[in-house]
Amino acid sequence: MTPAIVVQFLAQGAQMFLVLLIAPLAVGVTRRVKARLMRRQGAPLLQGYRDLAKLVRKESVLAESASWLFRTAPYLVFALTWVAAALVPSFASGLMFNWAADVVALVALLGAARALLALAGMDVGTSFGGIGSSREMMIATLAEPAMMLIVLTFAIAAGTTRLAGVADFFIAEPIAVRVSLALSLVALVIVALAENARIPVDNPVTHLELTMVHEAMVLEYSGRHLALIEAASMLKLTLYLSLLICLFVPFGMAPAAAGLGGWLIGTLAWSAKLLLGAALLGVWEVSIAKMRVFRLPDFLGVAFVFAFIAILLAYLSRGATV
Amino acid sequence: MTAPLSLAAAIAGQAAGPDGYARLEVGEAAWEALAAGCAAGLHDLSALWADEGLIRMALSDSERALRAIASLRPEGGVYPSVARHHAPALRLERAMRDLYGMRPEGLPDPRPWLDHGRWPGRLNDARYEFLPADGEGLHQVAVGPIHASIIEPGHFRFTANGETVVRLEQRLGYVHKGIEVLLAGADLERGARLAGRISGDSTVAYGWAFASAVEAALGWRVPPRAVLLRAIMAELERMAHHIGDVGAICNDASVIAIHAQCALAREDVLAIAQACFGHRLMMDRIVPGGVTDDLSPEGIGTVRNLVGRLDATRAEIRRVYDSMPSLQDRTVTTGITRPELVRQYAAGGFVGRAAGRAFDARKTFAYGPYGILDFALSTRTAGDVDARLMVRLDEIEESVRLMSQLLDRLTPGAICSEPPALVAGEGAALVEAFRGDVFVSVRLGSDGRLARVHARDASSFQWPLLEAAIEGNIIADFPICNKSFNCSYSGHDL
Repeated sequence: MTPAIVVQFLAQGAQMFLVLLIAPLAVGVTRRVKARLMRRQGAPLLQGYRDLAKLVRKESVLAESASWLFRTAPYLVFALTWVAAALVPSFASGLMFNWAADVVALVALLGAARALLALAGMDVGTSFGGIGSSREMMIATLAEPAMMLIVLTFAIAAGTTRLAGVADFFIAEPIAVRVSLALSLVALVIVALAENARIPVDNPVTHLELTMVHEAMVLEYSGRHLALIEAASMLKLTLYLSLLICLFVPFGMAPAAAGLGGWLIGTLAWSAKLLLGAALLGVWEVSIAKMRVFRLPDFLGVAFVFAFIAILLAYLSRGATV
Repeated sequence: MTAPLSLAAAIAGQAAGPDGYARLEVGEAAWEALAAGCAAGLHDLSALWADEGLIRMALSDSERALRAIASLRPEGGVYPSVARHHAPALRLERAMRDLYGMRPEGLPDPRPWLDHGRWPGRLNDARYEFLPADGEGLHQVAVGPIHASIIEPGHFRFTANGETVVRLEQRLGYVHKGIEVLLAGADLERGARLAGRISGDSTVAYGWAFASAVEAALGWRVPPRAVLLRAIMAELERMAHHIGDVGAICNDASVIAIHAQCALAREDVLAIAQACFGHRLMMDRIVPGGVTDDLSPEGIGTVRNLVGRLDATRAEIRRVYDSMPSLQDRTVTTGITRPELVRQYAAGGFVGRAAGRAFDARKTFAYGPYGILDFALSTRTAGDVDARLMVRLDEIEESVRLMSQLLDRLTPGAICSEPPALVAGEGAALVEAFRGDVFVSVRLGSDGRLARVHARDASSFQWPLLEAAIEGNIIADFPICNKSFNCSYSGHDL
C-alpha cells in the first residue's frame, strides 16, 4: 500500500515540475517559429530559461508609491497559476490529486491570479498600468462566461467537471465528431488566445505602451518580480495548451491504472502535442493583425455564442439519447 | 476683421526671382490682409521666420503657381500676429518669439514653444499649462518625451474618456539644437553639412533645398548631370523611407511579416546607396554647385536592378495588404484628417495627398528635372491611415517610373561647377522630401558667408493635424496613427 502511494505522490509531483519545466520551452518554440517565418534567425529555443535566470539575478526596482500588494502579487500570481497548471492532466489522467482538477476550480484559480495582477497594475498609479488593468478586466469579463459555458458543455457530455474524468471519458469512448465539441473547440481557442494575451487580442512583443494589455499591467515590474510574472504567463500558456490537448486530443494519455511505462508514453505524447500546439500558435500569430481594442467584445462574443450553441446542442443531444 | 488680400493681387505683376519667389515689402495693413488671405483660403502659408529685424512670411498659391516672400519691418519686434487670423502660424510664431524675441501682437497663445525654461541665461520657469478639457470621467495619460522604442523625443498629453481620446496636445522642442544659429555666419561648405543634418531621414531633400537656395542667390549654374543625380538620390531616399514606413505601420498592427519584408527592402536601398554614393543616407552628397559623387556605369545597372526588385516587393506587399482584412480593419477609418483642415494647414506629403490635397512640390512648383518627367500625382480622399499608406505605395510606384526616366537621361558630363563670385543675395527653395515639402530660405552676406538660413520641415504643418486626427479615436490606435504621419521631431524643433 505505502509504496503505491509514494509512487502516486511522486507521479503527481513529477507532473507539477514537468509543466514548470516545459513552459519556457513552449514559449521558445512559438517565438522561434515566428522568427523563422519572418526570415529571422530567432533566439535559441532555451532563451526563455535564460531570460528567467537573468531576471532572477537582477535587482528588483520598486516605485516609491508601491504598496505591499505590488510586492506580494507576483508570488501569489505565480503560485496560483502554477497550481492551476499542475492540475490539468498532462501525461496521466488518474493521478493522486485528480479529484481536485476540476475545471470550475481552474477558472477560479486563474480568475484570482488575474484579479491580483490587475490590482497590482493599478497600485503604482501610472496611467499605463491603469489602462492595462482596465483592458484586462474588460477582456476577462467577456472571456470568463464563455469559458464557463465551455466547461459545462463538457460536463454535460462526460457527466463530470473533473478534467481527468472528461479525459477518461473521451479516451474510452473515441466518439465521432460531435458538432457541440467542434464549437467548443473554436470557443476555447478564442478564450485561450485572449487569456494568454496573444495576437489578435494583445501583442506580447510590442513596445507601444498605449496598445498593451497584459504588458501594460506589468510594466513597472523588474527583477525577480518580473521573473515570477513571466514564468506565470508561460505556465498559463502551457496550461491552456494542455487543456486543449486533454479535452480534444487526449490519445496517448495514460489511464488511471497505468504504470511507469504508460506514464512515459503519456509524457512523450503530451510533450510532442504541446510543442506542436506552440508552433501552431506561432504560425497563427504571423498570419493575422492585432485587433482594435473595441473589436475585442465582438471577437470574444463569437466565443460566447459558439459556447452557448455548443451547450445547447450537447443538452439537446443528451436528451435525445437518454 | 481685416479684409483678406490675395497673393495674386499683392504680387500684382511683380516679377519673381530666379528661385520663383517674388519679394514683397509690406506694411502692417498689407501684412494683416495677407494673413487674413491665408485664413480665407486664397493662398497657403508656407513658412514664417524672423530675419534680422524683419519678420518674413513665405506664401504660395498652388492654383496660379505663384510664390512670394512678404517682409515686414516691425517696430521693436512688435508686429501683428498671423496666428490671430490663421491658426497654422501659431507654433511658428511661438517659436520665433522664443528664439528671436519677436512680439506677435494678439497671438492667441502666450505659452512658450521651443523654450522649455532650461536655456542658460533665460528666466522662464513657469509651469507649462496644458490646455484644459472639462467633462465627467476625463483622465489624462502622459506619454513621453522618452518613448519606448528608439525614436526621437516628444511629449503627448492625452485627455481621454475611458479609451476614447478627447484631446491630444503635443509638446515638442526637446530636440532643439540651435541649427539656425549655427548656420548664421557659417561658410557654404559648413552650411551644406548643417542643412543635411536638419532631419537625417530627409538629408537629400534638405541638401538639395539648401543648394538650390544658395545657387539661386548667387546665380550659380548646375551641370545637367548633377541635376539628374540629385533627383536620383532624392527618389532613392523617398523609396527607402516610404517602404520603411509601410512596414512600420503594419508592425503597429502586429503584422510582423510585412514589417520584415519592408525592412529588407529598405535595407536593400540603403546598401545600394552606400555602394553607389558612398553613404547609406546619401548625406553630404549634394553640395551647392552640384553633387560630390558620380554614378558609375555599373552603378546605373545596380540601381536599375534595385528599382526592379523594389517594384516587385511593392506589388507583393500590396497584394498581401489587400488580402488581409484583419489589417485593413485597423487602418481603414482610423485617424481621419479632415480635408478642410488639410487645406487650412497646407499639409504636404502623404498627409495632405491622402486627404485630397493635390500638392507635390515636384509637380506644383516643378524644380530640377521634374518639369520634363512623366509621373502621376497620387491622391486619396479618405484621409485615414489606409489612405496615407496607399499614397506611399503609389509614390513608390511613381518613383520607380521616375527612376528609369532619370537613368535614361543621364549623359556624361561634369557633376559640379565652380562657384561664381560670392556676393550678397538671397534665395529660397521648396523641395519635396518623402514626408512632404521642405522650405529653405538663405540670405548671404557680402563676405559670402551665410547671414541667415531658415528651414521649415513638412512636419511643421503635419504635427497639428495629428492632434486633430486622433480626436474621437481610441488611445490604443494612437501609435498606428502616429506612424502613418511619421512626423519629424528634429526637423520641427531645429
